[in-house]
Amino acid sequence: MIYLTITIVLGIIILIMAFIALYHRNLKVAILAAGVVSLFASIVYLLLDAPDVALTEAAIGSGLTTVIFFYVLNKIQRNDAEK
Amino acid sequence: MLRNSLYLVILAAFAVITFALVRNWQPAESLSPIAEHYATNGPAEVGAANLVTAVVVTYRGFDTLGEVTILFVTAAIIGFFLSLFHTESPEESSWLAPTSEICSTASKLLIPFMLVLGAYVFINGHLTPGGGFQGGAIIASAFVLMLLANPKSKLNHRIIALVESVSGVAFVFIGLLGIFLAGGFLDNRIINLGTFGMLISAGVIPLLYVFIGLKVGSELTNIIGHLQQTQKNR
Repeated sequence: MIYLTITIVLGIIILIMAFIALYHRNLKVAILAAGVVSLFASIVYLLLDAPDVALTEAAIGSGLTTVIFFYVLNKIQRNDAEK
Repeated sequence: MLRNSLYLVILAAFAVITFALVRNWQPAESLSPIAEHYATNGPAEVGAANLVTAVVVTYRGFDTLGEVTILFVTAAIIGFFLSLFHTESPEESSWLAPTSEICSTASKLLIPFMLVLGAYVFINGHLTPGGGFQGGAIIASAFVLMLLANPKSKLNHRIIALVESVSGVAFVFIGLLGIFLAGGFLDNRIINLGTFGMLISAGVIPLLYVFIGLKVGSELTNIIGHLQQTQKNR
């Protein structure tokens, strides 16, 4: 029962964060929100007894992808500033 | 207005389709026949305590080869397009602001542990959750931390490419050995299965996962390295 409650709360947080990631004006906040979506999704996977998927999601989804997005954002903004 | 009503129509159609699916849904009482086979015969046939690994590396090893190939192609394409903008001159990358004391000090402490954790995750892939992809991603995160803490450091792309291609070739070679020495491509029973649950067990799965881990780690590190080298102040 407690797992169900935690999962539902996490699901609501994921939805809110996904909404922020889509609609926030500041792209840095949006990228961080997308990372938080992955982080909480990995906890949900863990609660759903899928530790392998949780490990992948935590390492790639919230770790590497966020960093790659920041690198690309920095690159795009510098290219825009040039024009 | 027309556009919004179109969205509504599409949503309504989607709801109708999903409603039929949901109404007929019944919880599965038992495993499907193929999952039943994996669950009952997996430990005896493959010898891996982690059944997910047994499926990913042995029963569906060909899919894993495909995934590794996709990742390789992605890394190669990103590397190709980013190397068009490469800057080699040191003064162009000297604009990078120094990182905080906390980040650089913590990175010195954490990077060895992260590398060891990554190696642990892929070597123990047949016993505990995790495996080549996860371990490789953790190793790549260690290099990301190194680049974040010390932006002027450069990765040696030659060594990365060497590790990546050697482990890729070794992965396919062990898979081909399975055809001649065991039941088929990527069969893990080339060597003795060993004791169930020990570190050296489950045939060649630990060896395969070491190669997959090194390959994934070097590919992801390569992508990050290319991205980091093309960050410049024009």
